[in-house]
Amino acid sequence: MRSSIVLPGLVAATALMASTASAETLRLLTWGSYAPEELIQKFEEKYPDITVEVTFSNNEEMIAKLRATGGAGFDLAQPSHDRIYAAQLEYDIYKPLDLSQINTDMMSPVHLEAVKANTTIDGNVYGVPHQWGTTGLMADVTQAPDVNGWEDLCDPAYQGKTSMRLKRTILLATAFSMGEDPFALYSDLDKYQELLDKVADELIACKENIKAYWQGGDDLSAMMLSGEIVAAETWDSTAYKLYDQNQNIVFIPPETGALTWIDTFAIPAKGKADDAAYKWINFVLEPENITIMSASTGAIAAVNGGADLLPEDKKAAVNAAFTQADIDNLKFFANIPPGVEDMEGKTLEKIKAATGG
Amino acid sequence: MSADAKRLSLILLFAPFALWISLLIILPHIGMVALSLREKVAPRVYEFGFGNYIDFINEPIYWNTLLRTGSMSLLVTVLALLIGFPVAYYIAKIAGKRSRGALFLMCLIPLWVSDLIRAFGWILLLRETGVVSSVLIWSGMTTEGIEFLYNDVTVVVGLVYTVILFMIVPLVSTLDGMGDDMIEAGYNLGGNTLTVLRRIIIPYAMPGIVAGCIVVFMLTAGSYLTPILLGGKNSSWFTEQIYDQFITRFNWESGAAFGILLLAFTSFVVWLGLRLSGQSLANTVAKT
Repeated sequence: MRSSIVLPGLVAATALMASTASAETLRLLTWGSYAPEELIQKFEEKYPDITVEVTFSNNEEMIAKLRATGGAGFDLAQPSHDRIYAAQLEYDIYKPLDLSQINTDMMSPVHLEAVKANTTIDGNVYGVPHQWGTTGLMADVTQAPDVNGWEDLCDPAYQGKTSMRLKRTILLATAFSMGEDPFALYSDLDKYQELLDKVADELIACKENIKAYWQGGDDLSAMMLSGEIVAAETWDSTAYKLYDQNQNIVFIPPETGALTWIDTFAIPAKGKADDAAYKWINFVLEPENITIMSASTGAIAAVNGGADLLPEDKKAAVNAAFTQADIDNLKFFANIPPGVEDMEGKTLEKIKAATGG
Repeated sequence: MSADAKRLSLILLFAPFALWISLLIILPHIGMVALSLREKVAPRVYEFGFGNYIDFINEPIYWNTLLRTGSMSLLVTVLALLIGFPVAYYIAKIAGKRSRGALFLMCLIPLWVSDLIRAFGWILLLRETGVVSSVLIWSGMTTEGIEFLYNDVTVVVGLVYTVILFMIVPLVSTLDGMGDDMIEAGYNLGGNTLTVLRRIIIPYAMPGIVAGCIVVFMLTAGSYLTPILLGGKNSSWFTEQIYDQFITRFNWESGAAFGILLLAFTSFVVWLGLRLSGQSLANTVAKT
């Protein structure tokens, strides 16, 4: 769930494509940093007849891109686990996975079962887990020592020095900090709308306190490192990267629970290289490749003992951030039922248009 | 040349333009109109209706954003004209033959850099830890950093900077064609600077002014990057609404309706501007 700026990274060497006429191309639609150059080279060495092309994207754009073509143009996508069900139901953009071709024994059962439960339609499974991480808070502890809940971003003590991302995550987070459980209300959309209205009032009142809404990991990092902001909503992976550069910047799981996402593997409906896609999935699940991947993404692989496979510096950052109690308190994103995205979108527009600050 | 050959050359010359306009402009817009008239009733079930347009009318956030975008675009157009006219006049009438080319080139150079890079340039200058703020602190005029980004003034400044070229270029080419003798005659007949400007220069430059204003207004109302990047948390720009409908809310139907509405709205403003100034497209834009 990182960079939101789209930059189509074309990794395929044209010369290589020209020389191997029978070459297969694996077109990967994924998050920035989810396809490190080192891994691609290693993969292409292992399977010389496959070239990998990478397009970086985010959840919303992945769905939009696949919807535009009815699921063509890419062979493997990596949406978050809560963004598959409704998209598949509405637009039919993925094909069922053949689990026998995937090394599911490697995967940590908790995450595998969670993703399966979220992405099964008519008995077909559409996604398996890849990496997971959380959305929480980060703060410069020398400037903002008391940050431990979502509502602290709206604390007047940090007037003009906090930031959040104006997407659905902050709606859910604010609902939790108000003592509600938004996921429980997904089944009763009228009640959910009432909750959204209350959340919108909170966030509109908070707008004056916010410096700017961040769009992606890069602008958030720039604001945080320059000291322009002292506390923000963040992906844990972004916070870990900043911890490398400034040990005062730490990730803080909010007291109401860090919101947990799992990025998955899903195969687009009109993908043309399923074999290559399965090879890639099994390849990145190999332990030594997980370490390379996690070094790049900053997220934890959804495999048995995934946290132990983190590079040493990331392990230190995770241990500084999470206690066992924090891990027990993780809140997994629930599936988004059809229609909720529209309600949440409208609420976000209302907040954006309000002239509070 | 025989009549057939003439016809053939006409068809060949016209074909690229006709293909471009029909395949890339007209067809997609017909598709957009069709899409905007679809109402979603259930997943994968759609029916014909005007629901998306009715939603727009019933939601003040949407039409307020459209009006805001329209009025700020008009402001940008006026500012671009006020700043661009003297520049164009200097290049076309006052500067010497040799410096004219150099000056014109200097106006064009910023266009060689992409919009995105130029917007980031402004961000580097204006952010709280940016160049302007640091210079102010260094010179002792302020003790704390000042945030210049994320407000309407910055958006207007950024937009004027981005589009002013499209005002200067048509103005220079119109003013270029005006003989110095006309201005001299104006003074000889007893006119002062103001009268000459009002009665001779502006009427002569009118085609350029109108063309420049139309281009600038359309570009501004349809711009996306500058308002989003410089406007920050309060930048409500209509193009952003369209993007949100398409991408964040997966609501292509209403996004298409918004697109059509933006086109209709800007066309209406241009038509109104032409009516009020007593000009027509034929004797202004077509002449430049």
